[in-house]
Amino acid sequence: MEKRIILRGVLVGALAGLLAFVFARIFAEPQIQAAIDYESGRDQAQAALDKAAGLPAGDEGPEIFSRAIQANVGIGVGMVLFGVAMGALFAVAYAVCLGRVGNLRPRTLSMLVAGGGFLGIYLVPFIKYPANPPSIGHQETIAPRGALYVLMMVCSVAFLIGAVVLGKRLAKRFGNWNATLLATLAFVVVIGVAMALLPSLGELAANVRDYGPQATETPLPLKNPAGQIVYPGFPADVLWDFRFYSIAAQAILWATLGLVFAPLAERLLAPKPAQQLAM
Amino acid sequence: MSTIPATTAVATPVVLPLPKAMLWLGGTVLFALALYYFIGIDQGATSVFGDNMYIHEFVHDARHFLGFPCH
Ligand SMILES: [Zn+2]
Repeated sequence: MEKRIILRGVLVGALAGLLAFVFARIFAEPQIQAAIDYESGRDQAQAALDKAAGLPAGDEGPEIFSRAIQANVGIGVGMVLFGVAMGALFAVAYAVCLGRVGNLRPRTLSMLVAGGGFLGIYLVPFIKYPANPPSIGHQETIAPRGALYVLMMVCSVAFLIGAVVLGKRLAKRFGNWNATLLATLAFVVVIGVAMALLPSLGELAANVRDYGPQATETPLPLKNPAGQIVYPGFPADVLWDFRFYSIAAQAILWATLGLVFAPLAERLLAPKPAQQLAM
Repeated sequence: MSTIPATTAVATPVVLPLPKAMLWLGGTVLFALALYYFIGIDQGATSVFGDNMYIHEFVHDARHFLGFPCH
């Protein structure tokens, strides 16, 4: 049985990733290109300032893949494989939850597990460390940023699992409704404390040293030595659109997982006499 | 259309005996985490296949869009 559940999860995950990719290709790529254009314009302005100050020109890294490959093939492969990974995790979580989280119909459980994945793996970490387009993010801080993001994700998933276990325990004493509210409240409090304790990206030591006290790594206006702005800060509308589409793409991915897996699970788990014998 | 209750009257019967299913479930989790790592993190914060940037550059846009930290 577990093999059949996993196979379905992986296949539905690939489909979910494919749909999210189509969305990304249409909506995200223009924003990504706008961000890259901003970055190259800023690099030119910075180079002009450096030249005027008599500093050596920094060289750009070699281009391994063209923008056309990255924007059409790379993002597609990345998102489909991400869908496969999430489908696999979804299937494992589904298999573990089956029969252990109350009398839920197979398809209801499918939607709940997908919702949990969306929240735990993506949306809750996003609240603290939101998705950023190219040109936001300093090269020097990639190690702590990567570690903080993974830590945030692990906390979020662990606390979510903890909240489900807690809710199950409380249900006997307080009933389903109140137990769900209490477990949700516990999750919000604990994850809120974790978010308050973890540093904002602007507070990382390397950033404070180079840019002073800032909340994030979003590029500020570039100024010349006289203090005049020679290049604007990162465009707010591009940042909003990119982040909004990022959430939308993940919502599409997890909704597809839940919705397409639901009828498959219903059929797989239907108590048919013949199948019961086979199990 | 008749409304179908979200819950069933009897407990959902299928409970996978975890020790028996452990091999497949554990293997699947490892496979998924490896994929997650290579799409989102490798050749950024840490690197498995040396110092080149092939994986990072290839899935670059997906990495940004899926919410992972990048450049
Ligand atoms: Zn990048």
